[in-house]
Amino acid sequence: MHAALLEIADDCLVLGHRLSEWCGHAPMLEEDLALPNMALDLIGTARGLYDHAGALEGKGRGENELAYFRGERDFVNCLLVERPNGDFAQTMLRQLYFAAFMEPYWRAATASTDPVVAGIAGKAVKEVAYHIRHAGEWVIRLGDGTEESARRMRAAVAALHRYTGELFESSPAAEAAEAAGVLPKRAECRAEWDRVIGMVFAEAGLEPPAVAHMQTGGRQGIHGEALGHMLAEMQSLARAHPGAVW
Amino acid sequence: MTETPLWEVFIRPRNGLAHKHVGSLHAADAALALQAARDVYTRRGEGNSIWVVPSAAITASDPDHADEMFDPTGDKVYRHPTFYEIPEDVGHM
Repeated sequence: MHAALLEIADDCLVLGHRLSEWCGHAPMLEEDLALPNMALDLIGTARGLYDHAGALEGKGRGENELAYFRGERDFVNCLLVERPNGDFAQTMLRQLYFAAFMEPYWRAATASTDPVVAGIAGKAVKEVAYHIRHAGEWVIRLGDGTEESARRMRAAVAALHRYTGELFESSPAAEAAEAAGVLPKRAECRAEWDRVIGMVFAEAGLEPPAVAHMQTGGRQGIHGEALGHMLAEMQSLARAHPGAVW
Repeated sequence: MTETPLWEVFIRPRNGLAHKHVGSLHAADAALALQAARDVYTRRGEGNSIWVVPSAAITASDPDHADEMFDPTGDKVYRHPTFYEIPEDVGHM
């Protein structure tokens, strides 16, 4: 069961860390607070999931061991969340794609047979609902904005859409958790995701590309080259000073 | 960013009655101003309702006119409700 929780925990941690990379670099002060706010929501969710996954695994691994002392091939996040930030348009679209999946996912998970998972879901569902709103408003304004912003938004769709199919794939570990009623079936989040993305794209004047092939592999630990660099930075402090506290 | 409009932010504190001015921010339109206000000014649970108003919509009194605007009330102490005896039966008002 813990393996399925790790997948979602890794999604939240990796995307949370990506967002934190914007801290101090956002295009305006208001976004310099909004992006780390979302990062902290996601990292908070990841902590709860790691804690629970470690307890279920029963090998004495806690959130720190799981976040900082696993290598790239041990991470089982989906490929979408590890994509580099790119420009602001790309970051916002990545956020919308992920949040539009997580909202129906967490909403269904509030009925989990595992009360810890249900508790995490109850808190997270409100957070991701706001992420949809925030990212969605930006995608609409950039897509339907200036010539330059529309060009960048279209480029973001072209770069990221191929990573959305993996969101709805359940690994064998996830299927076991779904069968036990611990986690929702990922494929069942598809209709709501399509509805939200369709609504935003219609207002933004964007069209999903006719994708021939969706990229996948993250759940098996097969990642793009960007993840290793990200983890090296994210884990460097904990590995240089194991057990450090502040 | 110089052309991004300025907005004034008002927050109603938890259990508070009135919205209070807390600061300002830049945003392209009202919807984004509300979100930015949430992200900038309610990070520590400061409130449960937000108003945003375009700064340009506020008409402010001129500090140069402060004397004629506000000094005349200075000697009208009888306007303060301190000249009434409250019967003990009334208790706290």
